[in-house]
Order: sequence, then structure tokens, then C-alpha cells
Amino acid sequence: MSFDLAAIRAQFPILTRRIGNAPLHYLDNAATAQVPQFVLDAVSRFETTSRANVLRGVHRLAEEATAAYAAARQAVGRYLNVPAGEVVFTGGTTGAINLVARSYGELLSPGDEIVVSELEHHSNIVPWQMLRDRRGIVLKVLPVYDDGTLNLEDLGRLVTRRCRLIAVTHASNVTGAVTELAPIRAAASAVGAKILLDGAQRAPHGPIDLPSLGVDFYAFSGHKTFAPHGIGALWARRDLLEAMPPFMGGGEMIRTVTMERTDYAPPPHKFEAGTPPIAQAIGLGAAVDWLMRLDWAAISGHELRLTQRVLDGLPRKVRVVGPASLQRRLPVISFDVAGIHPHDICQLLDGDGVALRGGHHCAQPLMDRLNLAGTARASLALYNGDDDVDALIAGLDRAIHRLGRS
Amino acid sequence: MTDLYQDAIVAQAKAATRAGRLDHPDGSLTRDNPLCGDRVTLDIRLDGDRIGDIAHRVRGCLLCEASASAIGANAIGKTAADVAAAEKGVRDFLESGRPDPRLWPGLDAFAPVRDYASRHTCVLLPFETLRELMARASEKKP
Repeated sequence: MSFDLAAIRAQFPILTRRIGNAPLHYLDNAATAQVPQFVLDAVSRFETTSRANVLRGVHRLAEEATAAYAAARQAVGRYLNVPAGEVVFTGGTTGAINLVARSYGELLSPGDEIVVSELEHHSNIVPWQMLRDRRGIVLKVLPVYDDGTLNLEDLGRLVTRRCRLIAVTHASNVTGAVTELAPIRAAASAVGAKILLDGAQRAPHGPIDLPSLGVDFYAFSGHKTFAPHGIGALWARRDLLEAMPPFMGGGEMIRTVTMERTDYAPPPHKFEAGTPPIAQAIGLGAAVDWLMRLDWAAISGHELRLTQRVLDGLPRKVRVVGPASLQRRLPVISFDVAGIHPHDICQLLDGDGVALRGGHHCAQPLMDRLNLAGTARASLALYNGDDDVDALIAGLDRAIHRLGRS
Repeated sequence: MTDLYQDAIVAQAKAATRAGRLDHPDGSLTRDNPLCGDRVTLDIRLDGDRIGDIAHRVRGCLLCEASASAIGANAIGKTAADVAAAEKGVRDFLESGRPDPRLWPGLDAFAPVRDYASRHTCVLLPFETLRELMARASEKKP
């Protein structure tokens, strides 16, 4: 296999769009990635030929919808190298983590401890604070180094015998740093704690071999993985899913309901109350099936080469907020431009067709730790090319010339 | 170059009129924009029910800095009611695009922001902070 950038780009109709007079240079993939035509086609085909509810009807459309929904779950299972029966469809990463906090959280007792990190997106902080306030558990915080990588030196002290869960990101949405898992696994296994990985940023960059990661929960989002909004997945081992109480009650998650009691369906359906986002799940299945067919050694090389070009090409007044090297790093590059607010940088580059994200990136504790109001962030995907990097660097030069203060 | 960064706005921000902090203020208030992390801190000293002196510290974008600078240039001598009217005038101006008699001098420079709904809060945050600060100061008075 090899990697043909033009062929990849041709799959994404939005990449031909122009912003004013400039071509679109979409570098906000860490927020939401674009959707290829065949994913849109899969969604459209379902909606126009097989639209029906799942796991309920016996008519032809219902059978087709149920089969397509199950096939999507199988595809996600293949992408994560786990049994499909351990994949719970959710609204996204936030929904998946909240499910764990609500459901696994019910199994915890006052005084039990959960370790999170300063590197986390709010979606891997706030649900645990809510659980702390609801159940009386104790939250402990892993610090970060100045380069936005996790400081694991105090792991042994922070992870005590009362620790029940370590909830950390697989890769930071701000700094691009990929978490070093071996020390976390060792600390967790020493005390019998579970590990939850927020995979929202890592999932778009190739299939994941979850058994080799040695974690207990994994969450990711479809909309960052070239699939529609409103769909994501939680993976957990079957024994954990069976022990966890349901998160929401309603249709589809039951086996038998009387006016006195309810017997629940087995996992994963136990956690999918109500009509699920069927078309979105089918879109996610199509996206990850496609990703599995690609040459990820070549794509990773391409993404890292572009990352290095960004790091090398940033103007002198720009400070990278993240690892300086490519080791354990995603193509997510945050930066601070002396004297210019990230929103102004992003607004000016929008005029050049360059789509960046500016602000705190839903990571205010990290910004406080790094003493920043926010950063500008360029986040790349497999369809980005040298033209996008050139436009970013030229746009930054112009923005600094326009607004920079000596 | 986008139309948003007109020379008048850039000049307003760079002027940074009354940027800094006041010693022994009668009131201070810090407010954040939860969407982007912008932070505005205002200090006021009162002269009766009017603003006698004011200073601002902004950790925010150029629009937020320009807005705070415009407050620094115009707020002295204003009452809580004046400030509330000015805030409403800015809000209506950004939403409707129609000239508003309640606008303080220089604020018509923000006309290009009308087309960028996500940036309205950048301009409004200093005004919201001042309105709340003056409302609190008024409540404290006997």
C-alpha cells in the first residue's frame, strides 16, 4: 500500500471550497474533521432506502436497519481490535465519559479516589467533579510539564490503594502530546485501579489495538474521525459492562418490563436507551472501515513530516505550546504569538482561507497551569498537504506584521 | 486582510486608554468570557454616584482591548444608569447595525464587528463588566 494525497483529498468534497478568494486550508481537525463523500453516501443510502428503527420491527426496512447498525458496531470493534459486543454507541467522547462517570461511578464509595490530569479536556474533568460532588469520591490531579506533556514522576504517590480509576487523555487536544501509558498501567495494576483513555484526538490517526494498550475504558468521537456529528463510542470489557448499572432507562435497553420491575438487556444494549443515532452510526462504520484500509505507516510519516514543517516554519515571535520533538506526538500544534491574542490570529488567518482554532480549547486548567489565556492551534489530518502548511506560515507572518507590537 | 481589523479599532486597542490598575479602588470586578477565556478586570473610584476614575486590565483579544480602551476614554463622569444605557447601546448597535444615540464616542469604529456574531462578546465583555460593577457600587450606597 502507499499514500496518495490527491486521491485522499478527492474523497472530501468540502476541500474544494474557497473562502473568499482563497482555497480552504482546513487546519481545525482536532475540533471536527471533514467527512468523505462515501460516508455521506452511506448515510444517504440508509436514509433513502432502509430508514427504520432498529431492534424492534420485523419488516424488511427494520431488518435492514438493524443489520446495518450491527455492522457499524462490528466495524468499530475491528477498528479498536475488540469484540463488537463491547462497543457502546454514544453521542461522542463526552457522552461516553459521562456514561462511565454515571454508571461505573455508582460502583464507587465515598473516599474512593480518581486520578485525572491537568492536560484533560473539560469532558474528562467535569464529569469526575460532578461524581465527586455526588458520591463523595476524591479527585487527585496529575501535573504537566511546561511542554504540555504529563509529569508522571508523582504517579506512585498519587495512585494509592483507594484509587479506583485513572482517567487521562490518550493524546492532548492542546499540545498533541501522546500519553506514555506504561507507567500508568504499572501504577494502576499495583492497586487494582481501572484506566480510562480519552481517545478523541488519537482515534482519527489510525486503527487502535486496544488489547495491547492494557486499559479498561476507551472513548472516542465520530465527528473527529471523518464521520457525522452526534455519534461516538465507548469501549469497556464485557465483565465491566455487565457489572455497571444502566445509565439511562427507556426502550431498547430492556429485556422485560412490568409495572413492578425491569430486567435489562445485556451490554451493549443496556447502555443504549431509546432510538440510537442509526444513520450516524452507519456513517461512523463506513469511516472506520475506510481508515482500516489505508497505509498508516505512510500516513503517519506524512502527518509528522508536515508537523515538523510547521514547527520549523513558525515565525520567530511564535512559541510552541507542546513537545518540541515528534516523539509521542500527534499533528496538533498549539502556539502563542507574543502580543497577539489567539482569536485575532485565527480571525486574520481566516481571511487567508486558513481555518484554525483559538482559545482555551476546553482545557482551562491547562491554560491556567501554563499561564496562558489561550493558544492558536493548527491540527492536521491525513488530507492536509504542504499547501496548507505554506498558507499557515505565510498567514502568520502577515498577521504578526499587521498586529504585532514591538 | 479581513475587514474586521480596521485602523480605528487597532488604534483604539493600541491607545489602551487608562490601562492598568487603580490603587485603593472603590470597586473592582473581573469577568471571563467562558467561550474563549478572555478576562477583563475593571477598577473604579467613585465621585458621588459617578465614575471618578477607572482602569482596566485585559487578557483578551484586540477587540476586547479596544472596547476596554473606549471605556477608559469615555466612562469618567458617568453614572450606573449611563453605563447600563451605553452597554445596551453597544449591544443593539452590534445586533442591528443601526447607529444608536446611546453609543459613546468612538464606538462606531466597531461597525465591522456586526458581521461576526461570535466576536460580539469580545466587545461586550468590558461593558457587561462595567455595568455589573456600577450596579454593585450603586447597591452599596446608602
